[in-house]
Amino acid sequence: MKKFLQKIRFEEWKAWIYLAPAVALLLVFTVWPIINTLRMAFWEDYSIMKELGGTLGNEFGIKNFEKVIKYQGFIDCLKNTMLLTVLTVPISTILALVIAVCLNAIKPFQRFLQTIFFLPYVTNSIAIGMVFEAMFNIVGFGTNNPSFGIINNILGVFGADPINWINAGSGYWQNIAVLVIYIVWNALPFKILILLGGLQSVNKQYYDAAKIDSTPRLRVFTKITVPLLSPMIAYVVITGFIGGFKEYSSIVGIFGDDMQAVGGESLNTMVGYIYDALGNQEGRASAAALILFAIIFVVTMINMYVSKKKTHY
Amino acid sequence: MKIVLQNLTKVFPSRNKKSNEEVVAVSDLTFTIPDGKLVGLLGPSGCGKSTTLYMISGLQKPTGGQIFFGEDDVTALSPENRGVGLVFQNYALYPHMTVKQNILFPLQNLKGADKLDKNTMLERAFEAARLVQIDNLMDRKPSELSGGQQQRVAIARALVKMPRVLLLDEPLSNLDARLRLQTREEIRRIQRETGITTIFVTHDQEEAMSISDVIVVMKLGVVQQIGKPQTVYDNPVNLFVAKFLGTPPINVFKAQVANGKLVINGEAVLDVPGATDREVFAAIRPEGFIPAENGAMTCELSSIEVMGRDVSIVSKNEAMLTPTIRSIVDADYKISATAQNVKFDLKPHKVFIFDSETEERIYFGGQTAPETGI
Repeated sequence: MKKFLQKIRFEEWKAWIYLAPAVALLLVFTVWPIINTLRMAFWEDYSIMKELGGTLGNEFGIKNFEKVIKYQGFIDCLKNTMLLTVLTVPISTILALVIAVCLNAIKPFQRFLQTIFFLPYVTNSIAIGMVFEAMFNIVGFGTNNPSFGIINNILGVFGADPINWINAGSGYWQNIAVLVIYIVWNALPFKILILLGGLQSVNKQYYDAAKIDSTPRLRVFTKITVPLLSPMIAYVVITGFIGGFKEYSSIVGIFGDDMQAVGGESLNTMVGYIYDALGNQEGRASAAALILFAIIFVVTMINMYVSKKKTHY
Repeated sequence: MKIVLQNLTKVFPSRNKKSNEEVVAVSDLTFTIPDGKLVGLLGPSGCGKSTTLYMISGLQKPTGGQIFFGEDDVTALSPENRGVGLVFQNYALYPHMTVKQNILFPLQNLKGADKLDKNTMLERAFEAARLVQIDNLMDRKPSELSGGQQQRVAIARALVKMPRVLLLDEPLSNLDARLRLQTREEIRRIQRETGITTIFVTHDQEEAMSISDVIVVMKLGVVQQIGKPQTVYDNPVNLFVAKFLGTPPINVFKAQVANGKLVINGEAVLDVPGATDREVFAAIRPEGFIPAENGAMTCELSSIEVMGRDVSIVSKNEAMLTPTIRSIVDADYKISATAQNVKFDLKPHKVFIFDSETEERIYFGGQTAPETGI
């Protein structure tokens, strides 16, 4: 050991000293929790042990995983998460692309509009969730004189009947629709920012060349803009999937921490399940966290594989 | 397709809102480009030649004036509807498409009656590719091509839709010296084979002179002279044109016309009948000097560069306005490299004199103004 320490030159020690604060923080708040998660997930009687002061059993195994996978509540959470992700990522990406292209095409107010589109990004998502709740809510639901939120009022202008979006007895798909609208709206600013940045770095001469060749607008979009933006699109899709699988706060924002409309189906997600289980079933929470990690990992790998084939750089 | 530019003007508004300095890029341009010719727009950077090209393409709207293709006024037409082919300075090939897809792209845009079926499109694409000799590279991406090959792809893409006019923006500037020589021959050949009226922009006078049927020399947005390259070279209308054309460049002297003689540095070097007495600039082409024992013009010898066929004599003179006087003479003249001075007689048709204030040409003896127009 002494010899080894002597071999390391002082300059290298200096580098390590500079790195020390960051390394220490990472070790305490990232590396140790990860190791602990692994330990808890595979340590079958962790919760009981904790209650009894750590005296009983220390068997390692995959019982926690079995329980989690077989538990219907977890399956529902997985289903909700998948559904929200699969719906919101394509919708938000396509919308962001269209908005970014439009923003890029207009000269006046571009900065102003850019700021407006970016606002959701710097706003607290729980706060936004509460605003969305108010928009979809029906105050005095079930009484003779209900007061509708703005969305139902707008629907009323077009002659449609008010819809019970989130109140007691509302249907699963109405709930999901509200969540999808909220999540998409919340996800737009980041995507718009990235895609707009990509658009602005595209060489304008490609568009001049397309103009000279009498290219119709739609074809310019599909054959030139989208392929040239493909690296950015791949990036927002991959980060979108990762974010989607970690969806949680939006549901709390709208439905509160019951994660469901009164009398409705549970809208809980993977992360929600993990939070719930953390209370007294740390082993299952850890196992669920690892399952979530594995899913995100696999999906990201698939994403990367596909985008490598489809992007041209 | 004949192209007529009439009083074409382009003014760029000032970038800075506080000052109202407008930039006049092109001012009152009027000339006609005959059908099937190769025309070089020539001038130093900032002279408006590229702006002119882009106005012809439609990518820039003129501030004033009109553009005609044949008898059609195309001034108000957008680039999509002009039927021009344009080769950009850096080619602007779509990086995500193969060469074949790049060349096919303009054809796939055709609509209505012009629409082609797949086989015809492929045939046309390969035909264009063969013309520029890249038909063996059809499945490569632009990033896998050399600069010269990219250039050819860009030309093929511009030609494939059989444009009425082919426009080239600094087509050779991104190529190395050897490739440049080769590619300019190619452009000439392709233009001859297709017979498409072609306009190209360059700041390289040699490039313009060597392949153009007609050159248009521009300076600060104003056309200086239009004509066949040899005519413009032999008969420049002002000092700018004389200085801009020719390698090595023309030698310029501060001089006077006195009693029908051209006086440089106190020596009467040439009879200039018909020119009135005044201060002038005298410009003498390098090949306009004849070494002679009792020559009229005395210069201080600096060095002699032997180039085989020719000899280049570098000398100095008090009245010169260029850094050195460079004259190119036949190698048969034997000049001693150790001599102090060298004496020259001048060939009258290689000597141009210009008014010292307006820098406009003063014609003397048998010299006459070049015919205007093409």
